Amino acid sequence: MKLDLAPSRLTPRDVVRVASIGLRTRKLRAALSALGITIGIASLVAVLGLSESSRSAFLAELDKLGTNLLQVRAKQDAGAGSAELPSMAKVMVGRVDGVQSVAATFDLKGNVYRTDLVPATRSGGLSVKAADTDLLSTLQGAVATGRFLDAQSSRRPTTVLGSVASQRLGIRDLAARPKVWLGERWFSVVGILEPMALSPALERSALVGREAARAYLGQYPVPSTLYVRTDPTKVRSVLEVLSATANPANPTGIESTRPSELLEARQAADVAFTSLGLGLGAVALLVGAVGIANVMVISVLERRSEIGLRRALGATRRHVGLQFLGEALVLGAIGGVSGIVLGVLATAAYASARGWGILIPGIAVGGGLTAALVIGAVAGLYPAVRAANMSPTEALRTA
Amino acid sequence: MTVPRAVPELRETPNAPHETVLRLSGVTKVYPATPPVPALRGVDLDVQAGELVAIVGPSGSGKSTLLHIAGTLERPTSGSVHVAGHDVASLSDEDLSALRARHIGFVFQQFFLIETEGALDNVADGLLYRGLPLDRRRELARVALERVGLAERGSLLVSKLSGGERQRVAVARALVGEPTYVLADEPTGNLDTQSSDAIVELLEQLHTAGTTIVVITHNPEVAARFPRRVGIRDGLIEYDEGGR
Repeated sequence: MKLDLAPSRLTPRDVVRVASIGLRTRKLRAALSALGITIGIASLVAVLGLSESSRSAFLAELDKLGTNLLQVRAKQDAGAGSAELPSMAKVMVGRVDGVQSVAATFDLKGNVYRTDLVPATRSGGLSVKAADTDLLSTLQGAVATGRFLDAQSSRRPTTVLGSVASQRLGIRDLAARPKVWLGERWFSVVGILEPMALSPALERSALVGREAARAYLGQYPVPSTLYVRTDPTKVRSVLEVLSATANPANPTGIESTRPSELLEARQAADVAFTSLGLGLGAVALLVGAVGIANVMVISVLERRSEIGLRRALGATRRHVGLQFLGEALVLGAIGGVSGIVLGVLATAAYASARGWGILIPGIAVGGGLTAALVIGAVAGLYPAVRAANMSPTEALRTA
Repeated sequence: MTVPRAVPELRETPNAPHETVLRLSGVTKVYPATPPVPALRGVDLDVQAGELVAIVGPSGSGKSTLLHIAGTLERPTSGSVHVAGHDVASLSDEDLSALRARHIGFVFQQFFLIETEGALDNVADGLLYRGLPLDRRRELARVALERVGLAERGSLLVSKLSGGERQRVAVARALVGEPTYVLADEPTGNLDTQSSDAIVELLEQLHTAGTTIVVITHNPEVAARFPRRVGIRDGLIEYDEGGR
């Protein structure tokens, strides 16, 4: 005799419902066991979010600086004397097709100090350079305060400080008409430059006029560095001929670079830190997974009678397993969602403190949630199998 | 107390009176141990539709094993078990779950209610594995709660109910799916005398309304109130009196 027997069924909606029963019963325990996942996902999202936000801020800055700035410098060969460019270099380079403007700086001997009482050895790593008056416009830089060297001030004992130099000398503004001890005499500070990411050497310099260098420091300035602004579409072709144009007699002694490329390379090196952050996040996730597995195993033992009851009500092994697997998934999802929220908040807080735009990559959110769910599933698998394989009478007897 | 009519739509084929709904033939159960522990040693038992049977015995007599086998929670070592015409031996584990979902209602001494849910939802859980939508389950649960006299208490959390009320909720959960028979394991074991009497009275009323009920008890006084009493001792039926 074979009668029709409709199989036991549990609708997907009910799976979610029964999967959340244990969590509703023990809310604190659920929250604590999801915490590991929360921390792990939060750190992943924050690391990815911060590296993306900083990268996008960097690219925006790079765009602003322009990638069409080139730099020409004589190589500092040992025994080759001071690194100097031919005096005609600036004029020659200015004639190259695609060059929009050229400005030179001239390395000078001597150091700059806050006062004449500072020991000579404590130069603070700052250097003194003479500069063309069109240097600032070629660099597309700006003064933070005061003004740059012009035809007038280039002839007088005045100086413009780079941003780092002004910090190290302790000169923040020009209200007190500050002076610095430069090459054995006083120079008035007439301007302080904004930071210039593409020319860090200038940030660490005190700049004086060419005429002033001759008149007050007794040095005849020879160009040491040329800054070349080119047509953005001709950067490559200009860069190719730059060394040969600057010193036709010895092109190999000349180093022509594109500073923005150096910056990009440095930015790429930050990937190492990103990997470290991701590694730490992964460890937190692993700990979180162990935490969930541990709590689920305990939960299965504690809820034997419920398992027995459900089997008596008609649940199959699969239904019981699904319930506990679902519970672990819900824990993972709670941890994942709160981790993403936490990570986004952390990124937002840090990025806005640094003045960056807030950028959370989609992969951080999608990947974070997926990782949390996968971890929940893996952590819940063993407890779920254990619950499913528990015999109903065993479960009821030990109640 | 009035007992509303049952909901016929849930039953696949209504049981004719006197049809055998549970048949145990030569059932033995031996638990593996050294030496092996025989819990049942050849039990023959027929329960017919509409009966109210008490299975009485002291602890260790094998009555819990008998309940588990009658409830298909456990398979016999030998002998055959037929539930609503199905030979249990020929059914897979999943089929047995389906059999329990459709044909067998359980009432336990410890109630086994979900404490964080209301009375109505606990009763509705009796239909959880039948694949009905929640609204329909609650609708049927309301009817079942009415049958056990708790129509007004459905929205309360079960943790707010008295012991007697909790057992009524458990009885309603066993009834809600219109099972072929209800197995009650010491249903009055955790109750005071007054609540205990009320539960026995409820079972009698349900029996009058046509529900087939098998009660397991160690208490001869409780058993004496049921029309048919099956005594069990040392895994064997000692007496079977009052049957039709």
